[in-house]
Amino acid sequence: MKKYIDQGKNDTRSGYGAAMTELGRTNPNVVALCADLVGSLKIQEFIDENPERFFQIGIAEANMMGIAAGLTIGGKIPFTGTFANFSTGRVYDQIRQSIAYSGKNVKICASHAGVTLGEDGATHQILEDIGLMKMLPGMTVINPCDYNQTKAATLAIADYEGPVYLRFGRPKVANFTPVDQKFEIGKALMLSEGTDVTIIATGHLVWEALIAAENLEADGISAEVINIHTIKPLDEEAVLKSVKKTGCVVTAEEHNYLGGLGESIARTLATQHPTPQEFVATQDTFGESGTPEQLMEKYGLNNKAITRAVLKVLKRK
Amino acid sequence: MTNQELRLKSVVLRKNILKYIYIAKAGHTGGSLSCIDILNVLYNKVLNVDPKDFKNPNRDRYIQSKGHCVEALFVTLADRGFFPESDLETLCAYQSHYIGHPTKKVHGVEQNTGALGHGLSICVGEAIAAKLDDKRHRVFTLLGDGELPEGSNWEAFLSASHYKLDNLYAILDNNKQQITGNNKEVMNTDSVRDKLQSFGWAVKEVDGHNLEQLEEALKNGPFEEGKPNFIIAHTIKGKGVSFMEGSLKWHHGVPTEEQYALAQSELNTAEALIH
Ligand SMILES: Cc1ncc(C[n+]2csc(CCOP(=O)(O)OP(=O)(O)O)c2C)c(N)n1
Ligand SMILES: [Mg+2]
Repeated sequence: MKKYIDQGKNDTRSGYGAAMTELGRTNPNVVALCADLVGSLKIQEFIDENPERFFQIGIAEANMMGIAAGLTIGGKIPFTGTFANFSTGRVYDQIRQSIAYSGKNVKICASHAGVTLGEDGATHQILEDIGLMKMLPGMTVINPCDYNQTKAATLAIADYEGPVYLRFGRPKVANFTPVDQKFEIGKALMLSEGTDVTIIATGHLVWEALIAAENLEADGISAEVINIHTIKPLDEEAVLKSVKKTGCVVTAEEHNYLGGLGESIARTLATQHPTPQEFVATQDTFGESGTPEQLMEKYGLNNKAITRAVLKVLKRK
Repeated sequence: MTNQELRLKSVVLRKNILKYIYIAKAGHTGGSLSCIDILNVLYNKVLNVDPKDFKNPNRDRYIQSKGHCVEALFVTLADRGFFPESDLETLCAYQSHYIGHPTKKVHGVEQNTGALGHGLSICVGEAIAAKLDDKRHRVFTLLGDGELPEGSNWEAFLSASHYKLDNLYAILDNNKQQITGNNKEVMNTDSVRDKLQSFGWAVKEVDGHNLEQLEEALKNGPFEEGKPNFIIAHTIKGKGVSFMEGSLKWHHGVPTEEQYALAQSELNTAEALIH
């Protein structure tokens, strides 16, 4: 299978910060908002270089979303920044009414998604945000897999007209996508071709899927790995093409199995090409404290869990 | 408990906050040190709560809205006998009940908190419930000053005075700082007293590190018949450790071995001075 090399561990949120710096220099319409989490969202450089285009809203996320909706007047492109739980659940009605329904060009940028934020525990570890956001008509939902891809995605959404939810994380993880890879919203990336099973992953689970595929190869199983960074709109064509070849699929995401990527894939398959599927996702639970590795292990979100799911789904073919 | 004993306890609780944050390698240091005197007075002088009869329906309620300062709450509950202090060696560790924000899995915790801007509304509900049942117990919450801009707080301020909840006590840990900077620069909430009074609350201001002032304010309510009670406690973030006081980097800071030793020695000196 195609080999990928970790160029050095980095956090996806820093990819967001680096892209914001670049956007600050290249796109005068970009404005940034934050709810007292400048350090966590890595946007200090943007603020230093563009103090007049940054708005600190304080710990008032609902207000931030409303202000962002209003700021779009005159072609400005607001990027809001806070943790994923406070970017979605806390402010759902503001997003629904004032951003999604009103078709506002707001970029909702959400860090610390999933269990990997670690010790802060369940209150901060949202595993429902993809579901909340993908259910909103007109909302684009993106969950990039590493630093490079988060940076590329951030740049890409600035050029796209419409509301976007961009989800990224806290821990330093493998950075393996090509530094110059163009980000195409809604276009799945074929990472490695295979014939026995399709593994479709998003976010932090993409690297784990590659490790799983490598381990499976050693056991004579040929896995195809697809990176779905855009959960909505879903690249159905890429999904269908792959499963028609392999005949079974494992989906992998750092999110509840209810409402996540897996469900979107399942719907596509159920309506167009029924296929055995296994879900690597959290099982309708809240999180807890721990290191990212401990929590990924406990909640079945690593390459071992993906391998187990592959072995299971192969039997159902 | 004498005033001297209470003062000593404040120092010991500060030492414990640092100890368990140091072991956990995680925690909210500055905000826990700023509110620990408030918690000390609440749990040792004010609240009618009993670790052996915690579910007593007549107990006073305390819900910590600024949930990130869980270390202050946990060391106070341990000291009060809710659970063995050594349990806190697992603070924030994998599979520990002592996770990084208040959780009802821990004996003595009334409510899961951690997302800011939730505690006060819940307390409004509990205060209304107490009145409905003709109960005499009181309901307390602790708010962060950075938390104040959450709109839900202002909705709760309105409803508390609307329902004349004089059994409700909201304490503001007014340490003047939050994560990104000083409140004034992040989001100005000046004139809190005027704002709250105009919302129909009775307001008192105290030095949040003066145990006698805290006790006097918290023990003897309501301040005015038929009005909810707001206590502005002027505090210092990182209080008690010279190099943490007023320093932004200690919001979420974990001391190095050296810093830890220095902090403990400063607190030991403070302890000796009280003896
Ligand atoms: C709704 C919500 N938004 C953001 C956060 C992240 N956060 C945790 S603590 C904090 C700053 C709190 O400042 P303050 O209330 O002043 O607390 P203190 O200074 O007492 O630590 C923030 C933004 C959160 N926990 N909840
Ligand atoms: Mg504060």
